[in-house]
Formats: sequence, C-alpha cells, structure tokens
Amino acid sequence: MAKEKKGVRIEHVSKIYQDPKTGQDFYAVHDANIDIEPGEFVCLLGPSGCGKTTILRMIAGFESPDEGEIYLGGEAINELTPNKRDTAMVFQSYALLPHYNIFDNVAYGLKLRKMDEKTIKDKVTRILGLVGLEGMENRMTNQLSGGQQQRVALARALVIEPGVLLFDEPLSNLDAKLRVDMRNEIRRIQQEAGITAVYVTHDQSEAMAISDKIIIMKKGVVDQIGTPHEIYYQPKDEFVADFIGESNFLHGSIAGIEGNRAIASIEGCEVPVSAVEGMSAGDDCTLVLRPEAALLADTGVLPCTVVLSRFMGNYQNYQVMVGDTLVKITDFNPKNHKIYEVGDRAFVDFKPEDVHVLSGEGGFTVENI
Amino acid sequence: MATAQGASLDRKKLMADPIMVSTIVVLVVFLTLFIIYPLVILLVDSFIGDGGFTLDIIKGVLAKPAFKTAIVNTLIIGAVTGVLSTLIGLLFAYVEVYVRLKTRFLSGLFKVVSILPVVSPPFVLSLSMILLFGRSGIISKTLLGIQNSNIYGMRSIIIIQTMTFFPVCYMMLKGLLKNIDPSLEEAARDMGASRWKVFTSVTWPLLLPGIGNAFLVTVMESIADFANPMMIGGNVDTLATSIYLQITGNYDKQGAAAMAVVLLSITFIMFFVQKYILEAKATATLTGKASRQRMLITDRSVRVPLVILCAGVAIFVIAMYICVPYGSLIKTWGRDYTLTWKWYEKVFVNYRGGQAFTDSFLMALIASPLTALLSMIISYLVVKKRFALKGFIEFASMLAMAVPGTVLGVGFIRGYANGLFRTGALQFIYGTTAILIIVFIVRSLPTGTRSGISALRQIDKSIEESAYDMGANSFEVFMTVTLPLIKDSFLSGLVTAFVRSITAISAVILVVTPATLLITVQINEYANRGEFAVACAFSTILILITYAAVLGMNIFIKYFGTSKAQEED
Repeated sequence: MAKEKKGVRIEHVSKIYQDPKTGQDFYAVHDANIDIEPGEFVCLLGPSGCGKTTILRMIAGFESPDEGEIYLGGEAINELTPNKRDTAMVFQSYALLPHYNIFDNVAYGLKLRKMDEKTIKDKVTRILGLVGLEGMENRMTNQLSGGQQQRVALARALVIEPGVLLFDEPLSNLDAKLRVDMRNEIRRIQQEAGITAVYVTHDQSEAMAISDKIIIMKKGVVDQIGTPHEIYYQPKDEFVADFIGESNFLHGSIAGIEGNRAIASIEGCEVPVSAVEGMSAGDDCTLVLRPEAALLADTGVLPCTVVLSRFMGNYQNYQVMVGDTLVKITDFNPKNHKIYEVGDRAFVDFKPEDVHVLSGEGGFTVENI
Repeated sequence: MATAQGASLDRKKLMADPIMVSTIVVLVVFLTLFIIYPLVILLVDSFIGDGGFTLDIIKGVLAKPAFKTAIVNTLIIGAVTGVLSTLIGLLFAYVEVYVRLKTRFLSGLFKVVSILPVVSPPFVLSLSMILLFGRSGIISKTLLGIQNSNIYGMRSIIIIQTMTFFPVCYMMLKGLLKNIDPSLEEAARDMGASRWKVFTSVTWPLLLPGIGNAFLVTVMESIADFANPMMIGGNVDTLATSIYLQITGNYDKQGAAAMAVVLLSITFIMFFVQKYILEAKATATLTGKASRQRMLITDRSVRVPLVILCAGVAIFVIAMYICVPYGSLIKTWGRDYTLTWKWYEKVFVNYRGGQAFTDSFLMALIASPLTALLSMIISYLVVKKRFALKGFIEFASMLAMAVPGTVLGVGFIRGYANGLFRTGALQFIYGTTAILIIVFIVRSLPTGTRSGISALRQIDKSIEESAYDMGANSFEVFMTVTLPLIKDSFLSGLVTAFVRSITAISAVILVVTPATLLITVQINEYANRGEFAVACAFSTILILITYAAVLGMNIFIKYFGTSKAQEED
C-alpha cells in the first residue's frame, strides 16, 4: 500500500535537555546509532525517561537533535519541519480533532495534499475497512470507545501512506484485554500495509509480541538491539536481563574452560555452562538463569533451601536460597511434580545451555537505574 | 555540550514557515510601537533634561503639595477599596460555594451581580450615587429632607469603587474555593473542629494567597480608575485625575509625563508582586481538583445571616444600576417625577448623540475583532511555539495589563503628537480614528490574551502536533485546528473587547480630538456640567448596547458554539 517503504537511519544522534530543578544540562539521548530496514517493525523499549519518546519525536521532527543526523529513506531530514517529513505518528492520547467526524479526521491529511474528492473518499473508505471501522464515517470522535479512537488515529496515519509510521505508546490508555487485541491488530495492519514502523513502549510483552526488532534503551543510551529471541536469551547485561522477563543472577567466577564447555564456580559449587568467547579461567562472571529454565529436584547442580513455596494454579512458585543468593523458580504444570515445602533442602537443576553467561561481576539492574 | 545544533535546527524550521515569521515580526513591531514605546517616551520625558540624565523633573513634580496629596489619596482609596472589595467578594464566594441557596432568586441575583460590572460603563455607579444621595437625591433630599448634601469626596469614591470591583474578587475567589478538596475540611470536622475553626484553620490559610491576589488586583484597578474619581471625587484628586488635569487644565505635558511615571511605578510594583509571587502561590496551594461534591451548609444559624447580608448588598447594587435608566426618564430629578422622553430627544437632537453612538460603535466594532484575533494569535504563539522573541511578546502583552489607561494616554500624546521621538515619523496617525482604535486594542489585549492562553492550555499539545505531522503548516494548523477548538474563547474575547472599547474612557479621553465624539467622553462632560439626566440617557443607551452584545454572544455560543456532544467528553 505504501508508495515506498523507507528505512530510518539514526547516526550519532544526541539530544540535550535542561533539568528544570538544577538547571543543568543532561543527555536525554546520547550518541544513538540505529538502523531500521524498510518494512521492519521496530520497538523502542525502556523504562520511563530513557529517551525513547525523544528519539521518536526527533524522527517526526518535533524535536531537533543536538548532535548527529537522521536519515529517512537515505535522505537527511534534520532541517525539515514535521509537515514536510514523510512520517505519520499515532499519538498516545490519539490526538483526534474533536471538531471533525471520523471521515474528516482521516481525510485531513489527504485534503492538505489537495487530492480530489473522489480519491479522498475511496482512500478513506478503504482504510476504514482495513482498520474495521466501515460505516462509522459520520460519527464524532467522542462517540467512539478508546479502541475505536485508536483505530481512527491509525487509519489517519496510514491513509497518507507515509514512508514510516511512528507509534508513541499508542495502547497505554486502553484496558489490559483491549491492549492485547489491539497490538495483534496493529501488527496485522502493518504487515498488510507493508510499512516501516517505529513503536515506543515501556511494556515488554507488547514489544515482544509485535516487533521484528527491539531496541532496549537505558538512560538515553541504546543498550541492546536484537530480535525478541536474542534479547530474551542473550541479554547483553543484567539491565536487559532484568528488564525483559524475570531473571536470577548468580555471581561467581570461571573455574576452567574446555572447548565449548566451561565450568563456573558459584557459591563453592561447580556449574557446567556454555563457554563464552573471550573469557578465560579466573574471570568474574554472572549467570543469568530464567525462573522457568530451572527446576527443583532431589539431585542437581546447586544445593538450596526452600524459603517460599506457593501454588499459583498453572505453576508452583518457589523461592530458594543458594548460599546467600535468592533464586526464583517457576515450575509449570506442577500437578504431577513433587512439591517442596518451606525449609526443605533440595537442588536447583538446569542444563548448561539454559544459562546465559555475562562477564564481570557488576552490571546494572533495573533498581539502580 | 553542543546544544547549538538543536537550536539552529529549530531556527531553520521556524524560518521555513514564512507566514509564521511575518506574523511574529508584525506582532513585535505592533507591541513595540504601541505598548513599549509610549512607556519608554514617558521615561525619557521624566529623566532626560536638556543636559542629559536628570532627576530634577521627577523631584519637581514630587515637591508639589497637591501632587503629594494625590499620591496619599490614591493609596488610601486603593487600600481601603481593596480590603472592602476582597471581604465582600469573599463573602459572596463563600455563600455561593458553601451554603445551600434554596431559591433560584438568590442564585439569579448572584449571577446578575457578577455580570453587571462587565457590561456597565465605569461611571454608572457614580451617577446613581449622585442621583440617590446628591443635593437633590431621592434618599438624601426626598426621603431624609437633607438640604445641601455633599456627596463628593473620598468616601464616595471608596463606596463606588468597592461596589464596582468586589464582583471581580467574587469571581476570582469563587474559582479558588471550588478547587478546595472538601475532604480536607471534612477531615478537620471529623477531628472535632467547629465550622468556624474549620474556616480559620483550613479554608482561610489555603485561600490566603488567593485573597492577597484578589486584594492586589483590586488595588491596581482602584489606583488606575479614572472615571469615578473624576465624576464624584469633587476636590479630592487621585493620581489618575491629577494627570488628566495637568494636561487639560495646566497644559503641562512634561509634568503629566513625570506624574504618569510615578503612577506607573506604583502599579508595576504591585503587578510584579501579584503576577510572579501571589498568582503562582495561589494556584500552587490549590492544585488538587475537588474529588467530589461538597456537603453544603444548611444550618439556619449560618445560612440566614450570610444570605441576608449578601442579598442586601446585591439588591443595593442592582438598585443603583436601575437608578440610571430611571433618571433618564424623569422630568426633573428631586422635584417632578413624571415620565418623559425629553432627555433622549435632547441627546439625539441637541447633543449630537447620533454621531457619538455611531463613532463609538463603529470604532469598537473595528477594534474588537482585531483584538480578539491578535490575542488568540499571541496566545497560540506563547503556548504552542518556541522561538526567540516569544518571551518579549508574552511580556509586552501582559505588561499592558499593569499600565493604567491614563498613563497610556499620556504616553500616546507624548509619543505621537510630534511623531516617533519627536522626529515627525508616524505623526500622521495622531488625531486620527486609527490611533483611537489602536488604544482600544492595546487596552483590551491583556484580558483577551489571558483568556486565550488558559483556553489553549486545556488543549492537548498532541492534537496540534498530529495536524502538523499530517502535513499542515503553522497557518493551516491555526485555522483548521486551534481556532475551531477555542471558538468560544475567541467569541467571548471578541465581545469583551467590544464592551471594553465602547465603555473605555481613561486613555482615550486624552487622545481623542474634537472631531470624534465618544459616548463615554460625552457622559463625563454632561455629568461635570451637572446635566445628569442627559448623562443618564447616554449611559442607558450604552448599557443597552453592551448588554445586547453580551446577550447576543451567549445566544450564539448556545446554538453555534462547542456542540453539546463535544462538551460531554
């Protein structure tokens, strides 16, 4: 549907704001380098204040980068005003024009492009069909539910056939169930329209469900870029591991390396893991263990004491102490498994390929951001 | 850090929008020429003598005993009026927000009292004061039989100004009281405080900055008031009337300029205290929106005395307003109360009333749409845009609020009678209707801008951004999105500007030439000559015009304004 899918390239882009309290300048975005392929669906994900919306608004042209250059379809767009850029944005608050009906809202951009009435009518009707609002042309915006308003906002952005579609947390004003429906809908429409999309969210499950690629941001810096799979299983640091899903962090050191196998020493126990490139014996390391990747068993890798055991229906929720480290374990479908009670001694068991090894002891956690 | 790139990109984006750039340039030129420059020229007049900078001119003015008395008079009147207006305004606001008013009559009365000062010309109350308590007043002579009652003086000015300005306090404090979360007071009641204790320990402290704010606004209005002291002050002069007399009586324009600077510095100090200290505090303490309806006071012991007090004041005010049309229909006030049209005949046949009404009406009609549009554009730029001169535009248009009309009038005389900086440039506009229209615009601009700004702040920034993002330039965004969304505010700004222009006197009385007749100037003249019936006839017609304008606006908003469906949102 789009005339031409456009890629977005962000090169060494920084944005500086002034702290209103201290009056000091700080980097809202620092040296961001992002390459978005034409037709790709990319999520900018991070906690609030990480600079993700600032990047989106710089692509749209509402903010000007203080350093670096942004390219849209190979063309440098730094000096273009928002109305001259081939972008269309879907706003968090929908931002529909309250004095227009649905048809006029969607037709707004087309009228500005001086299209003839017949073309406008055809395009609007077709796009309203795509978002599932056919026959609602004459309603006023306040007669629509939140989900419907969001569809109008999406239709309005799609109808001008932009090179790239921008989403600024579009679902955060909807209730939980509608949010899930709408994100699937947005993904479907993006695929059908075959359009490049940049999507800002702080909801990790939304990002996982919808994107081809996720960009994790932290304090204005791009932390990791990867597919949802890469982000989840090969987090670059503790921040990413903690931000996406739940993680246990086991700190220790590498005791020895043999080919593609390595032995990590955790709380005095030897733990077999996959070797990581560039790592040598004696280095500090941190193991990232997902709660669902571990099991509680009578024999296993790490001895532990159960401190919490709770039946949650579809899983048994455990917290155990391995030495001084608290480890969370989720045992799915526990009906036919042995249930451990508080105070029981047991073992945390997992396969070497189910832990991800980070070098170094430190790293970030969500809390200290 | 290299913020320069972002700033220069912002600048480039702005320059890519020629309509916006030219609008900003036009605005800056207008504000500089007609707000900043007249004030600068007054400073030049007062501080630059033949040998450069000097304080002699100001010292000379301040040494005059009559002027010293005028300063003292002005401050006393301002302070007393401020206290009284604030107290009465608070009483009204409290009763309206906290006390259950059983009858619709009472709430109607409150509404009338809040609208009256908006639609009435400034000196109506002075006129009716003379009619009620003057030498041949209904109350003073007919009822009480007092001969030679002397109504003129400071006491009358204070009474009249209090009645003119307390509705403003009432409106301001009503808004604040409504924002007090009732649960705060309920918590205090719950801990065992009496109603009086709740008022003194919770409501009053929360309200205090707002009360200070209302007080200062009233004092500023009182100090700037020209019409009432002129009409009823007798031999008591205030700063505003002294300045006027210095020009019209003593032909001393430079002295008047120096006096104007004194008046201006007083109002400026108050303006800055009010705007930057109290206004911020007043809203900061009361940010919480009331979470639910307040339980209204129904105790008879509280309700009855408060309601009687308010109703008494309200009825007295309304009675004074009725006096004026009545006075215009009476054969001889104080003696022969037969109804007659003869004063209206006199107005139109002998006193060129037709021309006065046409002149005033047409000029107000031209000034008001210009003012409304200008103030909406200024509000749009101030609220929604970032550019280098934004601070200047905001400052200059708000500054006009702190400038008393008399001061502006002197500034225009000094600034344009001999052209810009006495060079003859732009001299041609002096004495024309154009300069009167400009005076009207400058006088109404701050009110319009203020209401425009608050209307625009209500609109989600992203609505305009979305239009911008869809490909509209600034002009298209303003015309298709901003203006339709603030239509009501625009319309009320239009009518307010019209009413303010047609009832204006303080600044224009100095700038007007005999070729142009203005209703307000006529009223002032006939009242000074003692032809009160003619003044009443002029005033009555003027009240009818302004009332019709306000009524017309309300009807228009009701049928063509923001649709009901939209309001429910």
